[in-house]
Amino acid sequence: MTLAIEISDLTVWFGEGAARSNAVRQVSLSIGEGESFGLVGESGSGKSTVLRAITGLVPSWSGSMRIMNRPLGAKRDRTFYKQVQMVFQDPYASLHPRMTVDAVLSEALKLHGFGDIDNRIDRLLEDVGLGKGFRFRYPHQLSGGQRQRVAIARALAPEPRILLLDEPTSALDVSVQAEILNLLTDLRAERGLTYLMVSHDLGVVGHMCGQVAVMQTGEMVELLGVEDMRAMKATHPYTKHLLDSSLRSVR
Amino acid sequence: MNTPTEPTTLRAWLLAETPTSRRQARAASWYQGWLTLRSNPLTMIGLIILVFIIVCAILAPVLATHDPFAQNLGERLKPPGFDGHIFGTDSLGRDIYSRLLYGARISIYIVLLVAMVAPLLGLIIGTVAGYAGGWADVVLMRITDIFLAFPRLVLALAFVAALGAGIENAVLAISLTAWPPYARIARAETLTIRNSDFIAAIRLQGAGPMRIVTRHIWPLCISSLVIRVTLDMAGIILTAAGLGFLGLGAQPPSPEWGAMISEGRKYLLDYWWVATIPGLAIFAISLAFNLLGDGMRDVLDPKGGQ
Repeated sequence: MTLAIEISDLTVWFGEGAARSNAVRQVSLSIGEGESFGLVGESGSGKSTVLRAITGLVPSWSGSMRIMNRPLGAKRDRTFYKQVQMVFQDPYASLHPRMTVDAVLSEALKLHGFGDIDNRIDRLLEDVGLGKGFRFRYPHQLSGGQRQRVAIARALAPEPRILLLDEPTSALDVSVQAEILNLLTDLRAERGLTYLMVSHDLGVVGHMCGQVAVMQTGEMVELLGVEDMRAMKATHPYTKHLLDSSLRSVR
Repeated sequence: MNTPTEPTTLRAWLLAETPTSRRQARAASWYQGWLTLRSNPLTMIGLIILVFIIVCAILAPVLATHDPFAQNLGERLKPPGFDGHIFGTDSLGRDIYSRLLYGARISIYIVLLVAMVAPLLGLIIGTVAGYAGGWADVVLMRITDIFLAFPRLVLALAFVAALGAGIENAVLAISLTAWPPYARIARAETLTIRNSDFIAAIRLQGAGPMRIVTRHIWPLCISSLVIRVTLDMAGIILTAAGLGFLGLGAQPPSPEWGAMISEGRKYLLDYWWVATIPGLAIFAISLAFNLLGDGMRDVLDPKGGQ
């Protein structure tokens, strides 16, 4: 099996000199094509920063990252954007407030050089469970779940191989969360996508992912399969604590 | 899913929940803005005054009772209402009412030119500085600071003195002194927008900085600029009138309002109408722009409502 994402010794920092703080320290992980990988941890543990480093949104990092066997440099190119797309945490912030759904999607399609844009937009909206009726609406005319569907449609527009999901459901209420998670699961099955999902919710990760990495203060403390996680077979005390507290919240 | 039904009236078409074309979505959002604007009576007063002045300016040749440049020394300084002179005559016997109508053309011409040049300059400089950051930001903003450090009228006076008197140069001078605040606003807006998720998302689609600035940042900056420009219009008209008053704007015999006040000030105590009537015109247009600007804020402010 080929590796979709391969990261070794990734360190990401903000600030320089005395003000430098390392947000991510020496993280290594590899995700096979078609797999779904979860990254969990509390706020500030650096899990989202890993995604931002992959996408090139934070410039200061060291280590090595490979996507589909191509090493990543300082700049991302068109091939990268065609292979890797991201869904953001807050659907209220990730859509341009003055652009209709149609404008958002057609711009993405044009940037990737697709033709036949009208039909593609209709198909994308169909794929994420929105009808044609939503095509010419503005974000303020949509609910949170509908916005997140639009954001997913935009991420799917270039027909990527890898989706980076940055807590895609944490801003939504519970019933909508389930719909979005099911949509993501279906899309992965249909298209053979690779997911790298960041979440603080162990239930969501357990539902979606085959493998889970636990992060604490910028370091990866444990890597375990989802079966082990369900069986509570964690070795690191922090992971045990996380699992324990998430179980207690359910009971 | 509700299917879009065939709308029966224009209003229903504009307020449809599910627009069926780009054109309809855009028209609907304009219509929503118009409804907000219309709900504010003060704004509507401003808009009505403005439309009235614009109509007067366009129809000046039809509405004018006299030739604005025709002198009649036998009928100089006659009071309002004298022998068909609605607002009286000035020191050379010219009809003030007709001059006022033609003067509206000059005022609107100045306003339009300044409104096209200054905000555009400010928008480009501000958004480039804000988005590029680093050295570009430092250099552009220090230039802006230098311009901001001078009092507006003094700087405009210096420009006009250097370029020569005349309306075109007055417009240029006003534009050159008016852009720094717009650059500041545009930069501040850009700084808040540039780190938002929707900019990150479009970067991940492979959009370059040119496209991001012009397609994604400009539309969000323009609303706050439009508000500021409408509110500044009064100041721009007053600066233009001030330059005219000082003899550096429109040149005689041009019926520019500021120049008319300047001519009338010599007779202010004995023949009050010569200076007062163009003064009232400047007051009316300034007030109209201020009222309209206030209403525009309600419609365009991206942070409010929706």
